Amino acid sequence: MSEAAAHAIDHHEPETSTGIPNKKVLMWAFLGSDCMFFGTLISTHLIYRKISATVGGNYLDIRDIFDIELTSFSTFILLASSLFMALAVSAIHKGNLNSTRWMLFGTIVFGAIFLACQVYEFTHFVHAPGNELTLSSYRGEPHVFGSTFYVLTGTHGTHVAIGVFWLIGWLAYSFTGKMSVAHAIDVEICGLYWHFVDVVWILIFPVVYLMEYAF
Amino acid sequence: MATESLKYLNPDTETEIKTKVFPRPGQHASGIVSWLTTIDHKKIGIMYGVSALFFLIIGGLEALLIRSQLWNHNMDVLSNREYNQMFTMHGTTMVFLVIMPLSAAFFNFIMPLQIGARDVAFPRMNTLSLWCFIAGGITLNLSWFFTGGSPAIGWFGYAPLTDTRFAEVIGDMGPDFWIFSLQILGLASLLASFNFITTIINMRAPGMTMMRMPVFTWMTLIVSFLIILAFPAITIALVELMFDRTYGTNFFDFLEGGKPHLWQHLFWIFGHPEVYILILPAMGIVSEIIPVFSRKPLFGYGLIIFSGAIIGFMGFAVWSHHMFTTGMGIVATSAFSILTMLIAIPTGIKIFNWIGTMWEGRIRFETPMLFALGFITMFMVGGFTGIMHSSVPIDAQHQDSYFVVAHFHYVLIGGALFGLYAGFYYWIPKISGKMLNEKLGKLVFTLMFIGFNLTFFPMHYLGMIGQPRRTHSYNEGHGFETWNQIATIGAFILGVGIVVGIYQFVTAAYNKKLKPAGKNPWDARTLEWTLSSPVKEYNFSRTPIIKARDQAWENNYGPKENHSEKEPLDDHGVHMPDKSWYPLLTGLGLLGLVLGMLFHQSVDVNTGEIVRNYIPAIIGGSVAILGIILWSIEGPGGYHLFPKEEEE
Repeated sequence: MSEAAAHAIDHHEPETSTGIPNKKVLMWAFLGSDCMFFGTLISTHLIYRKISATVGGNYLDIRDIFDIELTSFSTFILLASSLFMALAVSAIHKGNLNSTRWMLFGTIVFGAIFLACQVYEFTHFVHAPGNELTLSSYRGEPHVFGSTFYVLTGTHGTHVAIGVFWLIGWLAYSFTGKMSVAHAIDVEICGLYWHFVDVVWILIFPVVYLMEYAF
Repeated sequence: MATESLKYLNPDTETEIKTKVFPRPGQHASGIVSWLTTIDHKKIGIMYGVSALFFLIIGGLEALLIRSQLWNHNMDVLSNREYNQMFTMHGTTMVFLVIMPLSAAFFNFIMPLQIGARDVAFPRMNTLSLWCFIAGGITLNLSWFFTGGSPAIGWFGYAPLTDTRFAEVIGDMGPDFWIFSLQILGLASLLASFNFITTIINMRAPGMTMMRMPVFTWMTLIVSFLIILAFPAITIALVELMFDRTYGTNFFDFLEGGKPHLWQHLFWIFGHPEVYILILPAMGIVSEIIPVFSRKPLFGYGLIIFSGAIIGFMGFAVWSHHMFTTGMGIVATSAFSILTMLIAIPTGIKIFNWIGTMWEGRIRFETPMLFALGFITMFMVGGFTGIMHSSVPIDAQHQDSYFVVAHFHYVLIGGALFGLYAGFYYWIPKISGKMLNEKLGKLVFTLMFIGFNLTFFPMHYLGMIGQPRRTHSYNEGHGFETWNQIATIGAFILGVGIVVGIYQFVTAAYNKKLKPAGKNPWDARTLEWTLSSPVKEYNFSRTPIIKARDQAWENNYGPKENHSEKEPLDDHGVHMPDKSWYPLLTGLGLLGLVLGMLFHQSVDVNTGEIVRNYIPAIIGGSVAILGIILWSIEGPGGYHLFPKEEEE
């Protein structure tokens, strides 16, 4: 029977034509698709960012409400979380469960800090005294910037939140006593996703935030 | 069948956990349970096909109502709003609920067999994509019963038609149904495509190199890439539109700074690759059929595949030819015009390759071949008018006229639907195990060919003399009546042909009068024809080792060294994954989420304010998440079959 069990493990990772595990191919295909999701959102933002509804009368200088120090801080936190993620992947490949747990925990905490910053930022923008930026208006007048800004950064935030829940799932699983080096591939594709979401932020941060100070 | 089976031993002992939560149907589950919980790519393919044929009838009835309304000047079959709803629903249904799922049906059933795989890479995800498709079909057609009825915005949903302030009926929910059903249908297509890409890249039998894969499998791969790269654009556009309609953003609201033009761009960045998503599977099917019925290898195999890939690539660079009359400026217009002319070259290469395959061949005019020939000729007519439209001044003349309607129906019926019908007549013997009635098949082809040309050829002329499309009636004195009446008669003939075809397909498995097909009734070339008809649930008793491109043909006629071999039978037999309830649960949760979002707004009678109730949506979403969690906990599971060597 133990021999049958040994065969069974092979079934989890059957040999593939390319030698790359199926789950990894799936994740790369998904990330390719996700590029197009963010590509569409970012183009929408770039097309609209200078458009003001009532031309001349309601020019929006977003710098009045942006808090670039806070956003720089949360950017740093998110990028740092990628280091934890990479270390978690490395630890599970070596079968070091304890280290994997800590690194997953670090990634989750940093992801959560990023999300908290975003929640704070959104709340702050919507209620900025005299400069309220909502989904549909700026200072109470119709505007498009809020639409593209919230939907773009909100979609990214949703991605981060999904990643955080996914990582929490693995952290919880690690305490069931069933997690082993056989799950390295699962943590690895989770890591692929996490790094991708970080890379997207590396694009969003200059395009949405920094560019407002340059052009 | 199985001589022995044993429960797959899972090292994680997850088996016990899941049986307590939700009993997993056993290996021998039968009846409705076996269909609802199946993860077998063949059963999924059949369910895709049957549902899509059902929607074909619905979409066809909508078309016949449109044609009845246009029978004569100032008819009153449909009011103008009902007419708009009909063409919207007809277009949306035919594109998303008929042609795409029919292609997916063949992808599911045939592609794994052609590459020597036992299933797709992620069987349960494959089931989920089926349930998402069905949930989308239900959502779209539920729109008939709620405020405002079905969407009346065209299948393209141009802004500002979708703007709530311009709704003909206050509180019109049609566009919302349209948005949410397209979202969930998009999810279905994306999940299926990720699966097919992984399967084709990773699960080929030993020796099945990329350049030995059948053309149909190649087209599956290319179409899957097109889907995963094109659908995000429409998904985001629909998200933006949903935000506009529900939360008051200004993406496409021209009164408050938005640009309706952007919607057109986002829609067609998806919409043009979509055209190739619809036609490339049919090209793949025809590339399988023509060599078999010409008794010759496919002429220019590499070129056909390469031109398919080029079409897919260039398909992303021509979207603005749908928008020549929107005033994009000379440079953009010229660039898209030139690229559109260029894309005719790879398409033409394929046509020449098919003609080259038939050249000097021994052609058998059986039904699949007739439909394939119908495909080539009719698709060419649609292609020629397509090249005409690539010229900007001509396009400006044809814009919004019946000429355009004629053009894309020649591509989508004469092209895609004829190709898919060819696929049905070719593969139904493999799927059902019975040969279809050849005489009835030829009758179907005749009816469809004549009916189709009667319907759509006059539309070229009608468009040229000025009949506008999407207009519910016309006045006397334009001379439109005669050709419209011919078109309407043709549409009914086409409808009869299509329905008789559907009758043949869905009754094939139960019709006692039909002859059994045997393994290889057409003397065909690809790997699926080495298996018994209908195919056993485990597909291949032992994984084949591929030695040549046309493996089934080589096994029968080729030199000894080209005959395929079998991998040695290992001691634990064929590993089969277990059935699962969770894809269905997740699909139901997603349907609940969509319906919850659709009905989350209501107006307070006393204050007139909008009240939002997210509880049903949250429940639906939670069910979907629960389904995914339980799904990942239960694991693939599985059992073993020990088929005898000759049983495949």
